[in-house]
Amino acid sequence: MKYLCMIYSEEGAWGKMPPAEQEKWLGEYFAFSDGIKKSGHYVGSNALQPTPTATTVRVRNGKVSTTDGPFVETKEQLGGYYLIEAKDLNDAIQVAARCPGARHGSVEVRPIIEYERP
Amino acid sequence: MAEQVRHLVDAVYRSDSRRVLATLIRLLGDFDLAEEALHDAFAAAVERWPSDGVPGSPRAWLVSTGRFKAIDAMRRRARFDASVGELARRFDAAANDAKELEAGDGVEDDRLRLIFTCCHPALAPDAQIALTLREVCGLTTEEIAHAFLTPAPTLAQRIVRAKAKIRDARIPYVVPTHAALPERLDQVLRVIYLVFNEGYAASSGASLTRHDLSGEAIRLGRLLVELLPEPEAMGLLALMLLHESRRVARTSPTGELVLLADQDRSLWDRDQIAEGTALVERALSSRRIGPYTLQAAIAAVHAEAASAEATDWVQIVGLYDVLERVDPTPVVELNRAVAVAMRDGPAAGLAIIDALLARGDLDDYHLAHSARADLCRRVGRTADARRSYQRALDLTRQEPERRFLERRLHELGLNV
Repeated sequence: MKYLCMIYSEEGAWGKMPPAEQEKWLGEYFAFSDGIKKSGHYVGSNALQPTPTATTVRVRNGKVSTTDGPFVETKEQLGGYYLIEAKDLNDAIQVAARCPGARHGSVEVRPIIEYERP
Repeated sequence: MAEQVRHLVDAVYRSDSRRVLATLIRLLGDFDLAEEALHDAFAAAVERWPSDGVPGSPRAWLVSTGRFKAIDAMRRRARFDASVGELARRFDAAANDAKELEAGDGVEDDRLRLIFTCCHPALAPDAQIALTLREVCGLTTEEIAHAFLTPAPTLAQRIVRAKAKIRDARIPYVVPTHAALPERLDQVLRVIYLVFNEGYAASSGASLTRHDLSGEAIRLGRLLVELLPEPEAMGLLALMLLHESRRVARTSPTGELVLLADQDRSLWDRDQIAEGTALVERALSSRRIGPYTLQAAIAAVHAEAASAEATDWVQIVGLYDVLERVDPTPVVELNRAVAVAMRDGPAAGLAIIDALLARGDLDDYHLAHSARADLCRRVGRTADARRSYQRALDLTRQEPERRFLERRLHELGLNV
């Protein structure tokens, strides 16, 4: 079963970090990615540009409206994700607990619904 | 004859329905299906045992009947819904390797699986409690709702949501691995203790009609110790038994709160004390000593004292010292301060409580203020005592405690 592990953290914190510390975190993320590739959990992952780059799009009555910023303003923002394959929620929780994001922020684990085409 | 069988079915329901349910959940992989199957199996027993005779192992019979009823129901549904067909085939495959259930292996594990699944930390805390009482203890939704003073539809929805999360997020039906066990066991113990405290706090005054939650928590604690004799599980069971042993003594016939020091110790339940004390000793001998065991050990020291004055306060303070290291919380510090006051005099305890309150940690905790008030009273600082009793009174929400504090305030008023 697939789970999406969404990493939420305060995005301002990254910019305030000294380069050495940024490098340390990046190294941990690379090591984590390699680890879950080896264990067969890894399906995909991406980091996101910070929320000032976000645009929210809606179509109402056929009209497209775009607004600046994320869908909701929150204290901690979605900064990246890992899509993983796990046996069950316990397995997924163990993977999420190893993610560096669980230490500098929080990781929300959500099961993926897989629809079959009719 | 039919009447006798009916009684027997009822007895089997009481003693074994939760075990049968636990195994059916494993075999069917779904709480709702398993509950339906359990119901069908007992209905079949009422129907068939009078003519066919009572099977040698009623439990195994109920499990296999329940399973076949579920598979039958699945097949019938599969005619209308192709997606169910896959599920039915899966059960057929599972049924073939289900011989173990006749042998009884893994059946005790099923009950542990059920407990750990109901108390899974991915479920909301109030859902863990509701689900445990519903599935493990077999209370009805109405009984649980009544016990927690929650509207039944709210409680029912809590259970439905929890079951949906178990299914959709795929919370596995397993006993946690060795590495995860201590943390997960902690969670189970917390749920049991919450149930106990809910019953214990409600056991006086206006709430006498609430379901006997403390008794239910003790039953759960016993089951857990039987299935998983970990030291802290024993410690918690001991703690609950030792508290429960004082139940009759802690309220007066008119429903007033009676403090430990003023209780009629001849009312304490000696059997519960003996069982609790033996469990504490077993847990302590493991040398893996946790907070429940230490609290139980403290309760056991109280239990063996003939009076408050005759209590071994040196030992109690010593146990609190260890507890403070294992579980460094302000509430533990407060309780230790009260014990220090008994050992070294009220002024010594008061100094600790004042320092605690100055830190601001317990400012909203009514027991901190009532403990301070009591010590102020004993050193003759009447005005301070009155202020602290008043603050405690403002903070408490329980009726018997409110009356107790009012009584104390009233006594101080007369002394001035």
